[in-house]
Amino acid sequence: MATIDLGKHGAHGSAPVNDDRPYHERYQAAHHFVDREHEFDAVKMGVWLFLSTEVLLFSGMFVAYAIFRMMYPDAFLSGSAHLDYRWGLLNTVVLLLSSYTVAAAVRHAQTGNQKWLQINIILTFIAGLIFLTIKGVFEYYKKYSEGLLPGKFYSYPYAENVPYEPLWWGIYWGATGIHASHVIVGMGLFAWLYVRSRKRHFGPGHYNAVEGVGLYWHIVDIVWIFLFPMLYLIH
Amino acid sequence: MASIDLGKSGALHGAHGHEHHGSYLEGKGGFWATVWDWMTTVDHKKIGMMYLVAILFMFFLGGMAALAVRLELFAPTVVDATGQISGNLLGQMFGAGDSLADSNLFYNRAMTIHGIIMVFLVIVPSVPASLGNFLLPLQLGAKDVAFPRLNLASWYIYLLGSFFAILSLLNYGVDTGWTFYTPYSTTTDEGHLRVVWMVTAAFILGFSSIFTGLNFVVTVHKLRAPGMGWFDMPLFVWGIYGTAIIQVLATPVIGITLILLLFERIFHIGIFDPRLGGDPVLFQHFFWFYSHPVVYVMILPGMAIMNELIAAGSRKKIFGYRAVAFSTLAIAGISFIVWGHHMFTSQGEVAAVVFSALTFLVAIPSAVKIFNWISTLYKGSIILTTWNLYALAFLFLFSIGGLTGLFLGSLAVDLHLHDTYFIVAHFHYVMMGGTIIAFIGGIHYWWPKMTGKMYNETVGRIGWFFVFVGFNATFFPQFLMGSRGMPRRYASYVPEYEFWHQFSTIGSGLLALGLFVHLFGFLASLAAGKKAPANPWGALTLEWTHASSPPIEHNFEHEPVVTHGPYDFDTVLPAQTKPGEYSLPRPAAPGSKYH
Repeated sequence: MATIDLGKHGAHGSAPVNDDRPYHERYQAAHHFVDREHEFDAVKMGVWLFLSTEVLLFSGMFVAYAIFRMMYPDAFLSGSAHLDYRWGLLNTVVLLLSSYTVAAAVRHAQTGNQKWLQINIILTFIAGLIFLTIKGVFEYYKKYSEGLLPGKFYSYPYAENVPYEPLWWGIYWGATGIHASHVIVGMGLFAWLYVRSRKRHFGPGHYNAVEGVGLYWHIVDIVWIFLFPMLYLIH
Repeated sequence: MASIDLGKSGALHGAHGHEHHGSYLEGKGGFWATVWDWMTTVDHKKIGMMYLVAILFMFFLGGMAALAVRLELFAPTVVDATGQISGNLLGQMFGAGDSLADSNLFYNRAMTIHGIIMVFLVIVPSVPASLGNFLLPLQLGAKDVAFPRLNLASWYIYLLGSFFAILSLLNYGVDTGWTFYTPYSTTTDEGHLRVVWMVTAAFILGFSSIFTGLNFVVTVHKLRAPGMGWFDMPLFVWGIYGTAIIQVLATPVIGITLILLLFERIFHIGIFDPRLGGDPVLFQHFFWFYSHPVVYVMILPGMAIMNELIAAGSRKKIFGYRAVAFSTLAIAGISFIVWGHHMFTSQGEVAAVVFSALTFLVAIPSAVKIFNWISTLYKGSIILTTWNLYALAFLFLFSIGGLTGLFLGSLAVDLHLHDTYFIVAHFHYVMMGGTIIAFIGGIHYWWPKMTGKMYNETVGRIGWFFVFVGFNATFFPQFLMGSRGMPRRYASYVPEYEFWHQFSTIGSGLLALGLFVHLFGFLASLAAGKKAPANPWGALTLEWTHASSPPIEHNFEHEPVVTHGPYDFDTVLPAQTKPGEYSLPRPAAPGSKYH
């Protein structure tokens, strides 16, 4: 029985105890994969499949938007007029910048540049925080205090004679709320990545997690890219 | 052991070469250590077994609710001139006999409980999560599914979803029907949380379904053993693969639908409420866009099991392997464009005509499968084990279920049969007569592999007899009643239907009896069953030819290299050494593509 193989195919991918190489170098694929490339391919496919479910999830929201936009264009126009496109635009810029930083994080993981990997993870996390702050303080809170709330909580005192405007607010809060919850989940994932990157888990041999989270973050961006014109810029 | 072997196929041996290869069922020290081991396991076999137990328990609960429904329908509820109510058997049983409204409420809730449990907690996860989990890696020659921890997560998500569903049931249940149609789901039980809990349960269970499906798609793509191409996979794997694709692509839509439904119920955002400008038919579209594909999530795994049973049960190469494989994909594809046939009465005429035409399309690949199975039986050496009896029953029952589906797909006929017992009978013939029958057959077939014990064939056959007779006695009369206009969902009926309703209720009793016979058979097997050989049926898929019964923790002693097709009974017929025991198949014959 050869023991030299323990490094490559050891029990459950753990490495020999006396190996002091960084984790991403000594990392071995989980026991049911042949090697790291095999695992990497599988993980990548899994992530893309998951992203397709995300697209389908939001597509339901977009269908609802399209239908009611066609049925009640006036309600949508009047509702949209309450939104300030400048905040939306700022948030779009923030998210686009974060797309850059997360792409950079993946690149630095691939090249093993630990310092910039960590910096970019933090920057992306901060971008998520800025997005939520703008959304929460300057938009949600303002709408909340004006009574521009969905459904039965709608109590805008100067409600013009546009029927079904509460429906628009239902869609606005629903779509942006589901999106914001994805931003929060993404920030959680970046916190997790940061902890792992501090332990030098990522490097040229092993950056699945960084890339997967990065792809997820891009989807969150793309959804916003669609939401922004649909909600803020319609005429 | 030679160290030269440490290439690709040596992976299994690297660390475990000289260790004891215990069965996956072996305990890990003490009782609590074993419990902890099961709770935290990432072994697909253990997760599959835990799913199996949970699903069978849920099947029991859902079955009890079904018996409650049948009990109420044993007699028509009649209010005589003095205001005396009779025949509301369910209400009387729960002490609400004096109030018609209250006893009807019990009926409605029992019916909803039955529907929700059977659909979301039993049939959707049934075969993929239990047998699929157990068998997929074994049949592919892999050590596990692609993402074992995700697999465990999906199990706990299933438990969490079940928890919310049961929480809702313990709070008096809901009155929405399993479809959660608005406005039932937005207006009933106002001021109570039980509908919210039930919708939350369905939402959470969706994640479990997505994760299982995602895991299986990647597993099939990435973890096939050396030598196993796409068309060397057992057809069970093809069926599970088609199912998994639907699970991944359809379930997110029910996710967003249920989120919007919760928003509607809690915030009244108005999207499904016409008073606020919304449209309840939109809910139906959203719902069926998921729930029609999910009908095939329910039936494809049943068909998947059928392939294995029919081929092994008739000792014959399956007829038209590629046709069966592609018909699986065809069903998965078509399933996404036929949702409108659930809504013939609530959409425009043109849409109804289009959906009707598309609906007929799905009959074609389904029929391809049926014809291929029948052709496989032709001149086969058919053995009448319990599981093969179930396979034959499937052919019979699913054909009835499928053909009556064509009645319902025709617009003119559907307008008469819509919302009658004809529909109830139709989908029970497909869901129970198809999926559950195949599921029970599959459990019998793989029982020796899963538990390492043989079940008693006589007990199994007796159980099969009662299930088959009971099932037909329960549901065939419902075709008759439905075609004569008996509407579905009602707690009572005019006395003309009494005979057939009583017939049906008695049938449901027989059906339950048969299922309890099986339960007894399984428990007896666990307690005192004979030890199972590795390949008791002489089948040719990898879990029988290359793994012990029960399999070791990492499935195979050596990573299997595929040398014969899954149904090559013509070239590698396993030799029967003594009754019920087969030797491993001979090497592939000269001239076969695996030689």
